[in-house]
Amino acid sequence: MSDIPSTHDEMQPIRRPVRWHVGVFLLPALIVYTAVMILPLIETLRLSLFNTVDGQSTFVGLGNFKVLFGDERWAHDFWNALKNNFVFFTIHMLVQNPIGVALAAMLSLPKLRFAAFYRTAIFLPTLLSFVIVGFIWKLILSPIWGVSPFLLDVVGLKSLFSPWLGKPNSALIAVSLISVWQYVGIPMMLIYAALLNIPDEVIEAAECDGVTGWSQFFKIKLPLILPAIGIISILTFVGNFNAFDLIYTVQGALAGPDGSTDILGTLLYRTFFGFQLQLGDRSMGATIATVMFLIILAGVSLYLFVIQRRMRRYQF
Amino acid sequence: MSKARNSLTRTSLVHLALIGYAIISVFPVFLTIINSMKARNAIFRNPMQLPTPETFDLVGYTTVLGQGDFVNYFQNSFIVTVVSIALVLLFGAMAAFALSEYRFRGNTLMGLYLAIGIMIPIRLGTVAILQGMVATGLVNTLTALILVYTAQGIPLAVFILSEFMRTVSDDLKNAGRIDGLSEYSIFFRLVLPLVRPAMATVAVFTMIPIWNDLWFPLILAPSEATKTVTLGSQIFIGQFVTNWNAVLAALSLAIFPVLVLYLVFSRQLIRGITSGAVK
Repeated sequence: MSDIPSTHDEMQPIRRPVRWHVGVFLLPALIVYTAVMILPLIETLRLSLFNTVDGQSTFVGLGNFKVLFGDERWAHDFWNALKNNFVFFTIHMLVQNPIGVALAAMLSLPKLRFAAFYRTAIFLPTLLSFVIVGFIWKLILSPIWGVSPFLLDVVGLKSLFSPWLGKPNSALIAVSLISVWQYVGIPMMLIYAALLNIPDEVIEAAECDGVTGWSQFFKIKLPLILPAIGIISILTFVGNFNAFDLIYTVQGALAGPDGSTDILGTLLYRTFFGFQLQLGDRSMGATIATVMFLIILAGVSLYLFVIQRRMRRYQF
Repeated sequence: MSKARNSLTRTSLVHLALIGYAIISVFPVFLTIINSMKARNAIFRNPMQLPTPETFDLVGYTTVLGQGDFVNYFQNSFIVTVVSIALVLLFGAMAAFALSEYRFRGNTLMGLYLAIGIMIPIRLGTVAILQGMVATGLVNTLTALILVYTAQGIPLAVFILSEFMRTVSDDLKNAGRIDGLSEYSIFFRLVLPLVRPAMATVAVFTMIPIWNDLWFPLILAPSEATKTVTLGSQIFIGQFVTNWNAVLAALSLAIFPVLVLYLVFSRQLIRGITSGAVK
């Protein structure tokens, strides 16, 4: 990376003066980015191969991973967090993205009035911090306040109410849906942008052939916005496997009840920093961070090298 | 005739669905704000009612402002966010200019290297970041947060800005060179003013995750003097769980700046997203 201010260009035999300014332009960004992001990332990956043996940091190879996957103290928590994380991601894919696509499809209808107002209102929760979102929903779903039983009563479904966040069976679903509520604005906006980019001629041609309404959406528009759907899927994947804040604010660091909402982010936090009686463990923290890194890397590579290459793109 | 009526029903159904979802989006925020201005009894007896002269009470706000050091938290969040955005924009624009303007060996490689950060979250390096901050004595300083957020913002900024800088006309830059402008003046005086709209988009995208972040303030700067508003309200609410007036008031105070910023920047933000700045 140090050859940025190249002293001469191979294409041209004439010696040019050193272009210091290229280096000056690049260096500040490179230094901060490398020092605060890339090197710590590499160091974390390296730390996952070490552990403290007799008070000394020793190379243990893949020993930490063996402990994490197999040792009974760790394995139960880890597999539980991983499974919950997949459930968390699946709920986002099944609920958040279809709702986002549907909202975008409705918003992009030509000559729709108040579209800007709807867009602003639906995007609002995305901007709120997890702390706000977490506590608001905790209050609303709380049986003490009685807002949600009251609302369910209005539609005649009061019998369905239960303290969802407090029950191991429903807590993860409830937290995932809160997260869906918060983030539905992002797929909506990206799909909305993709739908607006479809040229009018294509739509007009479809209408001339008598393709309108539902079949127009599924046969003409949906194939054209598939790349955007690919992008929101990978964004959801990276975001979900890196999530922490919402669970921490709603359910605390222990991700209760009984670990039923524990995901990799909260497990990493507890492992690395310790919580209550548990002491912080740097090596195991680094190991969990490495596993998260590998999962995200696998997802991103799958998207970049397999899905994105196979996807048909249309040039207008 | 029947076709027109058909499309009328369809339009009303669409409006109904959109209004329904818009209500779901805004209702919790609305509920929090109206109840934060009510007396304790009224909060429980009638949560859905707007504050009336009888139930109007600002006791929650007085508790929050009297107990928590929210002015200080706001100031910390403000400093961290503004300085980080300024650095991201300056460093990001400089790097984007170098990548889009000059041809040099390793240009593409450098672009890819900087793009890693768009997909891989900086949080995964937390273990080593904390170590580094401890080693350099930056723990519990706002500098630590600023450095982390600058590094986090640079990849997307470089990516978006270099796309825009490619559209700045070469003739203009060459005219500047012939007039004897240095490369630095070309960047600061010709190119930067032209990409201002893109810079605003980047600023908005960078701002939201920084303002709302809980992870790094919790880990790198949890001391009383350096708490950001997000962390401060998290801890405050944790301590006052049973004082509903205070909790609702703290939430409303935390929503307020975001709401104002959103109303000011929402045009910019939505135009930024829909013009394909994030692809």
